[in-house]
Amino acid sequence: MEKILIVDHEKCTGCRLCELVCSVKNAGVSNPSRARIHIIKWEMEGFELPMVCQQCESAPCLAVCPVDALSRSGGLERVVIDYDLCIGCKLCVAACPFGGMGIDTVARRVIKCELCDGDPTCVAFCQPQALQYLPASTVNLRKKREAGLKFAELMRKFAGV
Amino acid sequence: MALNRKIAYIDLSTGQIKTAPIPLLMRKLYLGGRGLDIYLLYNHLEPGVDPLGPDNVLLVSAGLLAGTLASASARSHLAAKSPLTSFLGSTNMGGFFAPELRWAGFDHLVIKGRAESPVYLWVHDGEIEIKDGSHLWGEDTFETQDLIRQELGDPEVKVACIGLAGEKLVRFANVRTGFKNSGGRTGIGAVMGSKNLKAIAVRGTMDIEIKYPKEALEYNREVIDKICSTKFAQIMQRWGTMFIYGVTNSTGLIRCRNFQLNQLVGGNIECEHMDEYSIGTEGCFGCSIHCRHKYIIKSGPYAGVYAQGPEYTSQGAFGMEVGCNNFETILAGNYLVNKYGLDTLETGSMIAWAMELYEKGILTDKDTEGLKLEWGNDEAVLEMAARIARREGLGDILAEGPLRAIERIGEESRPYCIQVKGMSNLHSDERPTPSLALGIATASRGSDHLRSRPAIDLYHLPETLLREIYGYPTPYDGPLSSDYTVYEGKPRQVQWQEMCYEAVDSLGICKFHTIFLSPNLLDFDDFSKLIYYNTGLMISPQEIWEIADRAYTLERLFNIREGLRREDDWLVDRYFDEPTRVGLEIARNKVLDRKKFEEMIDEYYTLHGWDEHGLPRPETLERLGLDKEPSHML
Repeated sequence: MEKILIVDHEKCTGCRLCELVCSVKNAGVSNPSRARIHIIKWEMEGFELPMVCQQCESAPCLAVCPVDALSRSGGLERVVIDYDLCIGCKLCVAACPFGGMGIDTVARRVIKCELCDGDPTCVAFCQPQALQYLPASTVNLRKKREAGLKFAELMRKFAGV
Repeated sequence: MALNRKIAYIDLSTGQIKTAPIPLLMRKLYLGGRGLDIYLLYNHLEPGVDPLGPDNVLLVSAGLLAGTLASASARSHLAAKSPLTSFLGSTNMGGFFAPELRWAGFDHLVIKGRAESPVYLWVHDGEIEIKDGSHLWGEDTFETQDLIRQELGDPEVKVACIGLAGEKLVRFANVRTGFKNSGGRTGIGAVMGSKNLKAIAVRGTMDIEIKYPKEALEYNREVIDKICSTKFAQIMQRWGTMFIYGVTNSTGLIRCRNFQLNQLVGGNIECEHMDEYSIGTEGCFGCSIHCRHKYIIKSGPYAGVYAQGPEYTSQGAFGMEVGCNNFETILAGNYLVNKYGLDTLETGSMIAWAMELYEKGILTDKDTEGLKLEWGNDEAVLEMAARIARREGLGDILAEGPLRAIERIGEESRPYCIQVKGMSNLHSDERPTPSLALGIATASRGSDHLRSRPAIDLYHLPETLLREIYGYPTPYDGPLSSDYTVYEGKPRQVQWQEMCYEAVDSLGICKFHTIFLSPNLLDFDDFSKLIYYNTGLMISPQEIWEIADRAYTLERLFNIREGLRREDDWLVDRYFDEPTRVGLEIARNKVLDRKKFEEMIDEYYTLHGWDEHGLPRPETLERLGLDKEPSHML
């Protein structure tokens, strides 16, 4: 079953545990600059947004790769890097509209979220569930139900329905 | 590796900066954070110096496990000789500063001297620069951080800074990082101000080695489950520390109108009001409890202002202590002290004291320049906080802290000032709770609940469970009681909590993740595992206790060197003479008994291996390896 990594910024508490566990899992060290996910913060307004590869259907990174090192494979509906083919030109980094493709300055190579082979570590550690890994087919209705709940509350409060 | 973070010695007078590795031996003796800071303070500070002079030494550090998989490993520690108490200055803050300092390559900064003009430190990937900070002088603690990020061109830079209060040498000025976190107590902000040091900016991209990544991840997951399964954590996630007010106020364990009542009757400052203002909660680095609210003030002069908090302490400072009963005043007060960089607890206490003096006629309209310091005058309370930060009129006197303000106002004001060692007490009433009273009387940084408070004493836990907790990792077969109103067994609880908090302050873990407000949270066994999985160091629970004992005893030695005597481990007369008046029966008509309190102190000293004067015995110093201090190994 196809699953996708869903970000709900309203639930994010900005603790950056996802960055820590991502770097430990993927690089074996604590170093957010080597993590695949980042919490982008606007401190003066109190707004935080987890940013990570969206595993695009029509992925710009994949399209610009001159050596076909990027591909959708492995059955997880994700874009993966084949480091045997990658020449480190970083065109993918420039092409990604989200910053989902990053550079590991220590390992000297491009990095991206590959969903930890189907068991994303960040999701497993996100206590407020701002990050969830869900079957793609359930996402639409989940969103609708959550939005509908707010609407229903308003109706009950103001219209007595 | 995790342990290759360096120490930097920075002389602001000469501009000289030296860095050095931290020998493994020092980790085994003091871990890091608070533990190693007290070693450095004892070794680098000359006794008797002016805390606001260039000879004071400022220490800034990250806990040993900061930035690792150790559950809310977010804590930094700052130390100096306190300008408030003239004893140990020590304060601890969360947020994101400590992990960033470590990613930048450093665990400890030793800052000496005084810059000629305002500066800030820029610490990044193994480098340290002293940069001009003149343009930042006068900016508040929010703007300062933002301006530095803009100037350095990196929004990820983390900043610890002072506000107006630190610049004006208010003796309880704090150090601030992010929107919420503060190293509040003992006036370290004033030490920074006295050194012309406006801020320390950090940014790093250097690896911290995790010795056993797989095991560390698995154990951290286990720890998070353990933490989040406690009722305490679940309540904290919803309300933050403001929930405590509901418990303590309904029992009668709070202070109201300085020290006149132990319950706020007809209260309107319950945590539930937060729902009207909150736009969500935030966590410190790696924390699953995320106890602080983000809020927007709705009306009044601060309408539209965004801030974070408030804590239980601000409910006291701008609520019950000053007789105010308006939730928005607490939100506004919390915002103001954070903006100015004032310790909220000390600010509220100083104002509450001044209000009682005003009520008693010891302070008059002439002293207050017309400000009506009457209970519940919300505007006057907020105005007084601003005058303290600006050092205007009476604010200039209150900015000096309890003991110096008593000297300025007069002896008749002394009995009303609720302080220990020159630092104000938390806005809780300890008359019905001998264990909590002993903790604030003996704490190594002046009256303080975060040094040793056995808060679970309030839960009437079964004696078998108390024995399980307090009888480990060192043996204890003395008395323990489920009744929080008795004196038996309380010294052990205080001593145990001291060791626990010293350990977590040295590791850089938040106290809310340990046995503080829940008996089911992390203990010495967990600390030992966390250290092992993250750093590879094998330090047993018993050895962690010994390290904490060593550091705490060195804090005692520091205070004794600065003139501390047994008489300083004591509470003001009101605790012994004025009975509590309201609350549940268990908390009503209570005073502390002087004789029993003396006996508790005797027992507390004995447990520590200190003599009847509170001086560590020679055999204790030898056992802890402190007999040759200062040893100048760092």
